Amino acid sequence: MRSSLQLTGFVVFGLVMLIVVPIVVAATGRNDLYYTLTLISLLAVASAGVWITFAIGRINIGQAAYALIGGYVSAVLVSVYSVSFWWTIPLAGLFCAAVAVIIGLPILRLRGVYFAMVTLVSTEVARLTALALPITNGAKGMSNLPLPGPVAVGPLIIIPDFASLANASPAFYLLSVSIMLIAYAGVWRLVHSRVGKLFVALQQNEELAASTGINIAALRVIAYAISSFLGGVAGAVFSAVSQSVYPSSFTTQDSINFMLNCFLGGLGYVFGPLMGTFVLRFGWDLLFETAQFQLLIYSGILIVLMLVLPNGLLSLVAMRFRRRTR
Amino acid sequence: MEQVLVNGLYLGAQYALIALGLTLIFALMNVLNFAHGQMYVLGGFVTYTVYGQWHLPFVVALIASSVTLAIVGALIEKFLFRTVIRRSKREESTMLLAAAIAFLLDAIILLVFGEKGHGVPKILNGVLNTGSIIIPFDRILVGGLALVFIAVFMAFMQFSKTGRAMRALAQDRVAAQLMGVNVDRYSMIGFALGALLAGLVGGLLVAITGVSSGIGGAISTKAFMMVMIGGAGVVGGAIVGGFILGMFEAVGLSVLHAYGDITYLVIFATLMVFLAIRPNGLMGKPWG
Repeated sequence: MRSSLQLTGFVVFGLVMLIVVPIVVAATGRNDLYYTLTLISLLAVASAGVWITFAIGRINIGQAAYALIGGYVSAVLVSVYSVSFWWTIPLAGLFCAAVAVIIGLPILRLRGVYFAMVTLVSTEVARLTALALPITNGAKGMSNLPLPGPVAVGPLIIIPDFASLANASPAFYLLSVSIMLIAYAGVWRLVHSRVGKLFVALQQNEELAASTGINIAALRVIAYAISSFLGGVAGAVFSAVSQSVYPSSFTTQDSINFMLNCFLGGLGYVFGPLMGTFVLRFGWDLLFETAQFQLLIYSGILIVLMLVLPNGLLSLVAMRFRRRTR
Repeated sequence: MEQVLVNGLYLGAQYALIALGLTLIFALMNVLNFAHGQMYVLGGFVTYTVYGQWHLPFVVALIASSVTLAIVGALIEKFLFRTVIRRSKREESTMLLAAAIAFLLDAIILLVFGEKGHGVPKILNGVLNTGSIIIPFDRILVGGLALVFIAVFMAFMQFSKTGRAMRALAQDRVAAQLMGVNVDRYSMIGFALGALLAGLVGGLLVAITGVSSGIGGAISTKAFMMVMIGGAGVVGGAIVGGFILGMFEAVGLSVLHAYGDITYLVIFATLMVFLAIRPNGLMGKPWG
């Protein structure tokens, strides 16, 4: 699939999310759609992080750990140290990136399933740590977090106080969608930069990459830190949206889901995880009608998709495009 | 202290048997079987039905569990994994498939058996009490059976023709094929055998802990850890890993008891440090 086609699709998608969706919601009065889409946008941001570790050839099943850490960092800063929520978004991301550097230096030496399994375990470590630390309030978690305050440059109010709004959900929606669009635009830029080319080199053959003078140890830590940064940002915003964070807010299941989002959308495409998250989450919500058969049908569809389109949903678009130009 | 060691040995024998199946599948197909815990739960429910509901002998129930899971495993390999491995560009795609199968098995188990936990009548009554050690007879029996099954499995892998073919496959797939090993057939047998072990240990443990539908994921995570400790894809490593985790858990629960529920946090942290020093586990080949 030509990159211009992907980019056009992404821009159209962004416009739909920012303009068409609010109009549709206003016309139909389906306010719950805002909440669903807010959640999906945040999950898509975390999935983008997982995709970056796939780009360097590592299977990351630990993103929920960073989402959880990000959520707690934001919650603790806001409620205990009274920091503005807006500052906690980058701070949570940076904290997660720092943790990722410390953990990543040793564990990124692992490859294949070893790395996958260690990251899977790290999700459990994050959950158990949240349970054990005093500042995170154990199993009770942190609830009743304040809504984000206003942002103003001098007299000009850029973002109003969320508490003053009659309904905060459109505001959270616009916030989450903006973060998602910025995150994916950033990942797109990254992948098409020099560093992106180096990531491809790492994915294909680390020894060969090292032999041409690439500092693979530094590069893979950078990729992992960016990945965790996105996880932390998603977690921070999530804690504000739900006004709470618990040790069970992000679990191993979420880690696996983030990975599935990447697979389903297609590992070869930057916007694969975006597509995967939307399809999987919407699919799951739509199947809610089927009650106890929800999981059965959902997993059945996943398996069939895997058999028919093992290279991801976007490979279908790519195939059609190639056929037409031939 | 003796009590703790005995508990550790008992746990270790169970764990080793679970890890064996997972590592076998990994060695043969390079597939990380996310559905292993669900296969274990399914095996438990088959035993529960045959032994607990139909009141047939426990041995019959164990055989039923093993056969059911072997068939399920063979079908999953033949129709799902083989197809996806052939069609996919990237090897990791099998992980999505494995996760989806885990969901599917979870859903089926939930629909058929419900979400309540189930227990069965005791297989043996009475308790062995030597003064320093107190252990119920049924635990001794189950632990002993697990050890016997491990020995049988090792002997099978070592001395039978099928076992030799599977070891060759694990060492080098292409070379094995060139030597005339039917790769497709032995992959299927290997997967079936791995699933059989999961079902067998699931059935065994019903007699002690009962079975409930939601525990599959946790069992998988534990099995992954044992395989990591010992080294992925190595039979000996899985056994060692299982016993080490069993010991850690037993010792941790008794020593760290005073500090609250941090046993697993300590185990996980230790494991990450250990893997940072020795990335391929105790016995694993480099890069699995």
